[in-house]
Order: sequence, then C-alpha cells, then structure tokens
Amino acid sequence: MALAVGCRARPGKARDNKTGSWRVFKPVFDHEKCSKCGMCSTLCPEGCIHEDAEGFFDPDYTYCKGCGICANECPKEAIAMKQEEK
Amino acid sequence: MMEITEGSHAIAEAVRLCRPQVISAYPITPQTHIVEALADFVANCQLDAEYITVENELSALSACIGASAAGSRTYSATTSQGLALMFEVCFNAAGMRLPIIMSIANRALGAPLSIWNDQQDSISLRDSGWLQFYAEDNQEATDLHLLAYKVAEDHSIQLPAFVCFDGFILSHTYEPVDMLTQEDVDKYLPKFNPYERLDAADPISFGMYATPEYYPEFRYEMDQAQKRAKDVIAKAGKEFGTMFGRDYSALIEGYRLEDADTAIVAMGSICGTIKDAIDEMRVEGKKVGLLKIRVFRPFPSEEIAKMLSHVKRVAVLDKNISLGAKGATVIEVRDALYGSSIPVKGYVLGLGGRDVRKKDIKEIVALSEKGQGDIFYGLRKELI
Amino acid sequence: MRELRIHGRGGQGSVTAAELIAVAAFEGGVFAQAFPAFGVERRGAPVQAFVRFDDKKIRKRSQVYEPDYIIVQDSTLIKDVNVFMGVKQGGIVIVNTEKKPDYKVPNGVKLITIDATSIALKAIGLPITNTSLMGAFAAATGEIQFSALEKALNHRFPKELAAKNIDAARVAFDIVKGAA
Repeated sequence: MALAVGCRARPGKARDNKTGSWRVFKPVFDHEKCSKCGMCSTLCPEGCIHEDAEGFFDPDYTYCKGCGICANECPKEAIAMKQEEK
Repeated sequence: MMEITEGSHAIAEAVRLCRPQVISAYPITPQTHIVEALADFVANCQLDAEYITVENELSALSACIGASAAGSRTYSATTSQGLALMFEVCFNAAGMRLPIIMSIANRALGAPLSIWNDQQDSISLRDSGWLQFYAEDNQEATDLHLLAYKVAEDHSIQLPAFVCFDGFILSHTYEPVDMLTQEDVDKYLPKFNPYERLDAADPISFGMYATPEYYPEFRYEMDQAQKRAKDVIAKAGKEFGTMFGRDYSALIEGYRLEDADTAIVAMGSICGTIKDAIDEMRVEGKKVGLLKIRVFRPFPSEEIAKMLSHVKRVAVLDKNISLGAKGATVIEVRDALYGSSIPVKGYVLGLGGRDVRKKDIKEIVALSEKGQGDIFYGLRKELI
Repeated sequence: MRELRIHGRGGQGSVTAAELIAVAAFEGGVFAQAFPAFGVERRGAPVQAFVRFDDKKIRKRSQVYEPDYIIVQDSTLIKDVNVFMGVKQGGIVIVNTEKKPDYKVPNGVKLITIDATSIALKAIGLPITNTSLMGAFAAATGEIQFSALEKALNHRFPKELAAKNIDAARVAFDIVKGAA
C-alpha cells in the first residue's frame, strides 16, 4: 500500500486495531451495584464503554484491552477484573 | 512596468499579486516593512485575505499550517530568531506537505544580538524539507515568490518554500524593479488547487504519526519530492521566462565562467558585488567567473559539478558557518565535486552584516590561487 | 557609476533624502540604488545613507567608501565623524551651515555650503533640511532634474507638505545655481 502524502488519514483508523485481543483480565460489570454515574465510560482510554437503554454501562469486548481503569475508579466497586479464559 | 521602490514593498506587492488567502506573520527586523505593507493591503481592501495576527512566530506558522491544510494559499514572512522559533513548525509544515510560501529577510542569529544580514537563519533549516530560493537583487526577490508558489503547489511536489533575500541589503534598498500586473500574475499562477484539504463534511487528519515501520519512507518521499522539484523549477522557471522575459529555469547561473580558471561560488546579494569585481579582474587579465546558486534546496549537485568541470580552482563563499565544521555551501560543493581533482576552498564572510567589498572578493581570489582557504575571511586580528 | 554618501543625524531624514534622490534619478532615466547604513536609526545618532547612479543596472551592494558626492546635513557632524573620508578627486561636498567653514575639504574637491536650516524654517516651518539639500544637490551635480525631484516629492508627501518641501528645494536649487 502506497503511503498517504503528508501522512494524512481518514478518521476511524483506531477501529481497525481490535485491542480486545490484548486482554488478560476482563472487567465484569455488576448492574446490581451500579449507580449509573458513568465514571467508567468517561475514563476508559479506549472509549469502549457505552450506556445502554436503561442507563447501565457495558464495555465492548472487541476493543476493551483489560486495563482495569474502570474497575479501579468505580465508586461503587461494581466492576470486577476476572482472569480471561482463553 | 519598471518602478523604483524599496525591496520590501516590491516583495509585498508581488505577494499581493499572488492572491494569498491567509497571511499570518509576526513583525521582526528587517522583515517588518513587508508584513506592514501586506496588513495595509488587507485593511484597504487591496487584497482579499485573512490577516491573522498572532503572539509570536511559532503561532504564525502554525496558523498557516491550519489555513493551508484547509485549502488556502498561505503566506508568512520572518527572519533570524523568528525563524528559529518556528523550527518545530517548519518540519511539520514540510512533513504535512503543505505548500506555504515564506519570505526570509536573511539575518544573523543571536547571541550576540545582531539585526544585520547573513544567511545563518535559513541555512540552519536546510534539513527541514522546505525548498530554498535565494535572490541576488530585488527583481529576483519579487519574481521568485511567483515561482515558489507555482513549484510548491505542484501536486508532484507539495512542499513549502523559503524565498530568501538578504536583510537590509535587499529589503531596505530602493532600486528599479519590473512590477508585474495582476493580469500577468493570474495568467502565470492559477488558483490554488489543493491535492487534499480539511473539510468538516469529509474529515481527514494531516501529519498523523508514523511508527518505525513507516517513518523512513515518509522522509524518503519528501526527499524524492525535493529532487523532482528540479524539473518542476526548470519548467516553471522557463514558463516565467517565456511570459515575462526573465528565465529562472536554471537552479544555478554562471557569470563569465566558460573560460574561467577560478570559479567563485556564492548565493544571494553578494553575487552582484562579485560580478563587478570579476569584470575588473578580467580587465587585469585574471580569468575569474561566478557560479551563483539560486536554489539551495533541492541542492543542484550534478549541475554544479558539470558547470565547474573545467575550472582550476573553486572558492566558495558562505554567509553562514556550521560551527565546528565549515560553511554549509562549501561542504556541499565539495561533495558535488567529490572524485575530481579540482581544489575547493571555503571562505566564511559577511557574518552579522560585515560589509563585503570588491576588494574582498579580489583578495579571496588571490588567496585561492595560493591554495589558502577554509577560513573565516577578514577577521579583525586585534579582537582575537 | 557615481556614488553619493549622505551624513546626517537620526531624525533628519537622510534615508528619505537618499530614497527621493534615487527616485528622481530613476525618473530622469538612469539606474539608481539607495540604501541606509543599517541599524543605527536613533534620533540624534550619526547616520549615513547612500545612493548610486549609473547608466546600466547597478549590481554592487557594498557601502559607499569613495563617494563622488557628499551631503552633510548638519555641520556639527564634522567634528564627530570623518565625513570627507574617501571622497574622490573632482568630487562635490555639500554642507548645511550658516557659518564660514573652519575645516578643509581635501584638495581637488569642491565645497558648497548652504544654510539649509534657515531655508527649511522659512519654507516648511520646521528644521527639516533634507529637501533643501536635495535641491542644492540637483543644482550642484546635475545628477537629478529639478522637475524629477518635484515629482518624487509630490509622490511621497501629501499635497500641502509636498508644496512646502518643493519650495524649500527650489530656494536651495536657485541659490546654488546662482552661485555657480
């Protein structure tokens, strides 16, 4: 593939990189404990935690790389990091 | 039409006729008269452009990057410390392949503070990817802006360009210049047709990051574009000659060089003084000629080697010094002549505005005949 | 090629004088080049400006060391600066002074003194001597036509100011022509 002049790129390139494959620990969200504050979504470095119709949050495991920031920051301790089963 | 005017005003007028859509610059001696004149043109509706005032040169060129990426013909001007402050942005502009044109009223770099002329500023950015043109007189200084836009905007090039002219020596000198009309310039320089541009409806990013797997190829592509610029300059320079009678197709120019024993190589306004000195030396029977470098980037190595193939010795004058090494031009001329037995000597002179006279040129020729060189010429011994 | 060196003090209009003389000379059909000795533009400091005249394109860029003509805008400079340095044999020196000279120009050089300050005060109301000295220069050297000087002044200044300056230049021109 030829280089783009001036290293120019269309948006959406990050989507090509499916970082979910990097995951060793997986965040598991407990909606019983969740207060719907959205902190996990705000702080996720991949921007892969989305709000559902009821206001709960869940990660997109295609891109979640298992960094654990959401679990660390969750004020309700509603996110647990569990060993990935591969 | 021939008019007598200050160099800065002639350049500002030439820039106006190029119809830049965005200008961003920060005033600095000896460039100030140019940007003052352009600000007047915009304020008086003689030029339909955005003039973006900024807090410093780094911002000025950054504004030009945004404007150029958005598809505008852009212009800036600076010198010396101002250019030094743009160092980072210069590499970005070139790496993003944006055809910004910037006038450089060449001036020394501090410390010690000097507002006077030498060419250290633009020479110090020779690796940044910008094309570099150097003017001998105010006619060239004005004409080269048109040529620069034409070459820089060519889709096979897409690189920014410096148009360099000696600060004060040209910028503040009144002399006759053949001023082109808007009609002339419009015929020569069509509207800017960007290869790609920022568009909110169809987003794109410029100058993304490149991992080691990609970075060298980007630098290689820039180097290839520089080399292609030789042919594009030849074509655009010839077209300029056909339309206006002044042919800029050659990157270098010889003066009385055909039968010369000693060739002087130089760049910028000093070439005029050298030509006068050569005429006098010729009367005295000395076979001296000049090779003037008008385009320093891309560097015309092969052209120089060819033009100098018959001479007995070469004296290269540098208004810059790569401290700890030599003047930039002599290093590259010697490289161009690698493998030939022609001795090449360098002479660093005119730093920080030290005046260069005909007698200095004659002395340098005499030194080169004795095989003496690779020196700072004309130092005041009592100060060392 | 003929060369002119103007000595003045910052604020006296030496650079403007050089520019206007060049414009007038070009108007008269010769090539001209004018430039200042750069970077010394402080009010009262000794300054220099240069003009070259030639029938062909002027290529030389160095400062003027061996002038054919010298204009001294202010005779107090003579004790501070070697204003006559390098002047050519057969050259012409024009000094603004109301006094009889107590200095000597080199042998073979013609000295013209003119009280440009009084002329300027009368015609312009300000001690701006450069335009009077331009008139004197035109008369003494023939390098520029008075009509061309008039045109250059009209181009440079607003109408009323130009008229006053042209008056000053004409008085000086007539005095020098009359003396010749």
